[in-house]
Amino acid sequence: MSVVPAAETLPVVAERLHPSEQERYYFASQWQLIWWRLRRHRFAMVSLWFLVALYATIPFVEFLAPYELRSRHSNNVFCPPQRVHLVHEGRFVGPFVYGQFLTVNMENLKREYREDRSRLYRLRLFAVGEPYWMWGLWRTERHLFGVEEGGTMFLLGTDRLGRDMLSRIIHGARISLTVGLLGISVSFVLALVFGGLSGYYGGTLDIVIQRLIEVIRAFPELPLWMALSAALPPRWDPILVYVGITVILGVLEWTGLARSVRGKLLAVREEDFATAAVLMGGSPPYVIRRHLLPAFTSHLIVSATLSIPNMILGETALSFLGLGLRPPITSWGVLLSEAQNMNAVALYPWLLTPVVMVVLTVLAFNFLGDGLRDAADPYA
Amino acid sequence: MGRYLIQRMLLMLPTLFLISVVTFVIIQLPPGDYLTTLISDLEASGERADLQKVEFLRQQFGLDQPLWKQYWLWVSGLVQGDMGYSFEYDRPVADIIGERLLLTFVVSFGSILFTWLMAFPIGVYSATHQYSWADNGLTLLGFLGLATPNFLLALILMFVSFTYFGTSVGGLFSPDMQNAAWSWARTWDLLQHLWIPVIVIGTSGTAAMIRRLRANLLDELRRPYVVTARAKGLAPRRILLKYPLRIALNPFIGDIGNLLPQVISGAIIVSIVLSLPTTGPILLRALRSQDMYLAGSFLMLLAALSVIGVFLSDIALAALDPRIRQGGGQTR
Repeated sequence: MSVVPAAETLPVVAERLHPSEQERYYFASQWQLIWWRLRRHRFAMVSLWFLVALYATIPFVEFLAPYELRSRHSNNVFCPPQRVHLVHEGRFVGPFVYGQFLTVNMENLKREYREDRSRLYRLRLFAVGEPYWMWGLWRTERHLFGVEEGGTMFLLGTDRLGRDMLSRIIHGARISLTVGLLGISVSFVLALVFGGLSGYYGGTLDIVIQRLIEVIRAFPELPLWMALSAALPPRWDPILVYVGITVILGVLEWTGLARSVRGKLLAVREEDFATAAVLMGGSPPYVIRRHLLPAFTSHLIVSATLSIPNMILGETALSFLGLGLRPPITSWGVLLSEAQNMNAVALYPWLLTPVVMVVLTVLAFNFLGDGLRDAADPYA
Repeated sequence: MGRYLIQRMLLMLPTLFLISVVTFVIIQLPPGDYLTTLISDLEASGERADLQKVEFLRQQFGLDQPLWKQYWLWVSGLVQGDMGYSFEYDRPVADIIGERLLLTFVVSFGSILFTWLMAFPIGVYSATHQYSWADNGLTLLGFLGLATPNFLLALILMFVSFTYFGTSVGGLFSPDMQNAAWSWARTWDLLQHLWIPVIVIGTSGTAAMIRRLRANLLDELRRPYVVTARAKGLAPRRILLKYPLRIALNPFIGDIGNLLPQVISGAIIVSIVLSLPTTGPILLRALRSQDMYLAGSFLMLLAALSVIGVFLSDIALAALDPRIRQGGGQTR
């Protein structure tokens, strides 16, 4: 890289700033500049806060969900979403649900739930509900919201065992959201090692690793995922299966990341500061870690952000097919596997609601990644 | 061109070899082999295993021989078109796969065609009308297409068509055509059923392709030669068609390498949801029951299909773009 006069490297925005603000701009660190740029990307910011909010629920799911993951309501099997009302017979009473009674349609033997207008149950904040252990430390009965004693509140309906869909979706978020993060950690490590070796040393090693990446990429992803997760022993503990699935997802996704690591390394290692570091006696791991990696960390974060949704979708697909996570571990994909056949979809469409969460999460990651990509190079 | 072709072909061989090794490793992954499971199952249910048959199968697959020999038996069989023997169906794998593979191919090809037909006009429009409301709307739609996994789209389409049209969308043939011999009527029937899986599988690829075409075309439109052409008074449409579009179209061919594995993956899960008579449902069953030779052959064939697809697309790209065939073929 040639030496460029400082004025030319300035982004256009800086010139339009007030002198005092310009000073702030010049002294800002790279990460600060990235953050400022990202803040201007509206979609990305909305996505970022959405994701932060989602991930923030993970430690508190037991408190947030009105019901427990496994609590069954045998009188409310396949109950459609209950409506929340505000006004009862012209009088405002605040949010409440009516009681309901079950009838069986004698023509087609379909269950039908009717509202019982005489009984009403108010919704309460910090309501007393089913007891649970918070973080395994203390026992409590408080949930963020719930319904008065005696009533039921299934805002998104129930499944074939009468389990509340909303609670199960909230519980499922814990698994579905962490699968992507754990998977990306696995593939990040692999990508750094293989991409680093390939890009720093080049030569035969580079050719071998690139061939390997090509082979892995030639496989259609899903069948390979299916084959590998089918090979997980059925006797494994569900937790172990969860770990196994994240590793499988990570092991097959690292190739794209490794390629970008290699490409960036190839470009950066020719820079003068890299040569200088080598001449001063830095060992390869040191030079890579201390001098080369920081030059493209932001790009790596972008690539990583963009591959997380892939893993979430992968896990959802596998669990949907029944090859992924197994109950009692519950993810959105596991929930969706209940809606696998035509009948379920046609009769109980609310079983599809986890789809909404999957799509929103994936969209948010894509928008965030897109915004980050624009912001990643603040000097451009 | 001839040299490039040979070079690419020689590169394909080690790739195929490595793929076969990986597949074989996967076949071997589950503990024990199918026969030990079979025998213990039969004995548990009080039946006596047909020792003759067990012995025949054991010899066929060389299960009592070292691993490398088993691999050799499997691979040399594959090359000669003998794909092994399905334990569960008690039939040669080739018999089971035959038509299903053809149908998978038809569905995949249809999806790629759909991707092209949709992505081309939308991509060009988005690039030439950058940041217009239509471009923004299409971009959002594209992201949505990327975010919705195939099987969800299939489920949603099934739900919509069931509630609004009252028809089931499953399958690739009408019931009376299911087992008929191939004829014009049956082909026509297939085409009538094909559009739903094709839309479902093609959507995510289309979204990605639109993004790429748009980005490429935008890059190209900012080049100095376009400015020059415009400055000398060439009509905008003529400029667009004559140069930038032709260059921006490269990913249509070159991206088949990325598109094909994706389409095949999509075809598998969609076919399970829509119960299409393609490879998907059988592969799932084979994996569940650990009928590993059937699963392995499928995996091998699907991977080989995409490797050959990439090879063909590279050749086509080289034929189209002289920069690639002279640059020694390092395109990706």
